[in-house]
Amino acid sequence: MIPEFGQFALVLALCLSVSQAVLPLVGAHTGRSDFMALARPTAAGQFVFVALAYVVLTQAFLADDFSVRYVAQNSNTELPTAYKFAAVWGGHEGSLLLWSMILAVWTLAVAAASRAQPAMFASRVIGVLGIVSAGVLAFTIFTSNPFDRLIPAAFEGNDLNPLLQDPAMVAHPPMLYVGYVGLAVPFAFAVAALLTGRLDKNWARWTRPWTVVAWLFLTLGIALGSWWAYYELGWGGWWFWDPVENASFMPWLMGTALLHSLAVTEKRGIFKSWTVLLAIAAFSLSLLGTFLVRSGVLISVHAFASDPTRGLFILMLLGLISGGALLLYAARAKLMVAEGGFRLLSRESFLMANNILLVAATGAVLFGTLYPLFLDALELGKISVGPPYFNLVFLLPMLPLVLLLGAGMHAWWMKMNASALVRKLAWPAGIAVALGVALPLVVFGQSSFMTAIGVIAGLWVCGAALLDPLRRLLRPQQGMRLTRAAWGMFLAHFGVGIFILGATVTSAYNVETDRGVSPGDRWETGGYEFVFRGVRDVPGPNFDAVEGEVELRRGGELIALLTPQKRVYRVQQSPMTEAAIDGRIHRDVFVALGDSLGGGAWSLRIQIKPLIRFIWYGCAIMALGGLLAATDRRYRRVPERSTSSPAVGHGTAGEA
Amino acid sequence: MTPRRRRRLLLIGLVLTGVVVSAVLALRAFQLNLQYFFSPTQIADGEVGDARRFRLGGMVLEESVEREEGSLTVNFVVTDYLHSVPVSYTGVLPDLFQEGKGVVTLGSMGPSGHFVAEEVLAKHDENYMPPEVAEALEQAREREQL
Repeated sequence: MIPEFGQFALVLALCLSVSQAVLPLVGAHTGRSDFMALARPTAAGQFVFVALAYVVLTQAFLADDFSVRYVAQNSNTELPTAYKFAAVWGGHEGSLLLWSMILAVWTLAVAAASRAQPAMFASRVIGVLGIVSAGVLAFTIFTSNPFDRLIPAAFEGNDLNPLLQDPAMVAHPPMLYVGYVGLAVPFAFAVAALLTGRLDKNWARWTRPWTVVAWLFLTLGIALGSWWAYYELGWGGWWFWDPVENASFMPWLMGTALLHSLAVTEKRGIFKSWTVLLAIAAFSLSLLGTFLVRSGVLISVHAFASDPTRGLFILMLLGLISGGALLLYAARAKLMVAEGGFRLLSRESFLMANNILLVAATGAVLFGTLYPLFLDALELGKISVGPPYFNLVFLLPMLPLVLLLGAGMHAWWMKMNASALVRKLAWPAGIAVALGVALPLVVFGQSSFMTAIGVIAGLWVCGAALLDPLRRLLRPQQGMRLTRAAWGMFLAHFGVGIFILGATVTSAYNVETDRGVSPGDRWETGGYEFVFRGVRDVPGPNFDAVEGEVELRRGGELIALLTPQKRVYRVQQSPMTEAAIDGRIHRDVFVALGDSLGGGAWSLRIQIKPLIRFIWYGCAIMALGGLLAATDRRYRRVPERSTSSPAVGHGTAGEA
Repeated sequence: MTPRRRRRLLLIGLVLTGVVVSAVLALRAFQLNLQYFFSPTQIADGEVGDARRFRLGGMVLEESVEREEGSLTVNFVVTDYLHSVPVSYTGVLPDLFQEGKGVVTLGSMGPSGHFVAEEVLAKHDENYMPPEVAEALEQAREREQL
């Protein structure tokens, strides 16, 4: 009986989300405040029922209710309890429910935080979020119902995909979804502003913290996914330019561009139309990502379903939501009047370059991701685009971007004195170049042009980001003040620098070998000695494993005993490689067990990856910077209603 | 022409050159990295042409997997049950590589009709077939019936 309650709750949530979409929008259009007042109650009600459905599904997993098809497909009595919670979003239907749930939480947060804003605007924001909720809930109910019964009930469940039975995989989807779905908020703000006709600095200031929070979760989600791929897939790579990775990366790139464009719109009242367009594009790419990942056009652990009606439904939703927003954008183009101008050398110019380069990178990645799909749809052959293409087209715009980034952080608004900028940055630039050339040679004994460029770029960004914070900390008597947002900005960019260092050094000095070994074998790889002791059987809760024992030594001394496993999960009978990693801040030693070669011999994959952790540390630092920036005091202040900024359409447009 | 205007023109020229060079490099990289997918039947029909590096997909023929003694080289046969191609690969095989299951490999044709794989891809799970392979098998089956 209980799953039917979940089903019922979902239908009620859909009804409420339709009311949440229609009533406030109609109310705001006709000026009926009683309709507008319904925005918050319907949003709250929608949240309650989605949450109820979510709890019911979780309960079905915990109770091993295999009469529910989705539970039978994704769980098992032997599955550890922690993974039963995670199994709720381990398949297509449940992950959509999680999508709706997270959107409901975002909506609730927006509803609570927007009380100080004009009712016209706030009710439109909530209404637009209601449209998105209604679309996704309808998709869930009509094509992917998680509460479908299985008659007769299964005696035992099919178990969760073993690849997903992992701590990082527990956290990755919710994090990613909070980011993905969070991009609906700036989208809703942009559409509401277009409807209201008020695209001003206040609108940008309201949007900014929401965008930053969505962005930081997206950053963490992607980083967790990359980390998981690194140690769980058994290959030791950290980014594959796989279409599903691109699907999450493109909204991130657009979200990053949006953040920076919003900064200009908030401070200077310009770049408005561009900001609106980016907000629409970022969320559209989120939806496109959902389509790519969920429609089954791609092959991966993410492609749960290959049901064409589902893909079609998402594509229609995408067309409706993005197409509608773009039409509105075209109709309201007149609203977007710049409130000021700027000189060639100014922070505005740097941020414009940032935006152009980020959009170019997104376009190139999008092209490489979609082109094979188009070709396939037109039956012109099956192709895929190799990672070297993506590496090149991503690096081409990113290189100028990071070089400009160091200077852009220190440029002033409106206009900047070139000699002041050069004076301030000459030292960090000189040090970055000197160290970038010397350090790789000293530490690793060899270098290449591209390696030097990468290390210089990383050091340059780190140095430029630390300049002001260090001065503030070391010479407080100079009285330089930094707002929390500025701390966040510098910290996030420092994270970018750390990431670049990690990515460059790992790619340049990665040592990788596959070899066959017998018990007692000793060998040397990348300056470390290895001893293979042999393998033994180890039972797990829902799997049986063969565990290898590999000694890691340096200078005769034992550093670590690595125990890579080859697991066979009992239910699905699928083998899984569980790599063993000795992780230190400056390098990882990665050992994965391959196949049994007979006679006690095994194939081993050994990799030594210097600075690989910097990649994920960098992402974590970026997210931390985002957190600081999003909690800046000025966002918590009650906004004074358009005293400081003139309404759009008249006012200071003449300056531009 | 004032010095300032000249500087600006120079800047615009530099940016434009950069954009053009980038675009050319990107398109070239795109062309070089297009990897076509072929089934054993398509290879037998000579559809490969001059593609040097491509993906070969099909089923791993039952009882065809052989290891070379004392090395990490594995030989197996990829088939769509109409035509077959012998494949060799040196390295650690992915978890999901099994006889009688679908596989996609990336590499090039060596001498004597032997496919040398640089990579064996296994992104699908055990009850899910790579779509290219499923379609290749379907086409082979249709041709057999003709």
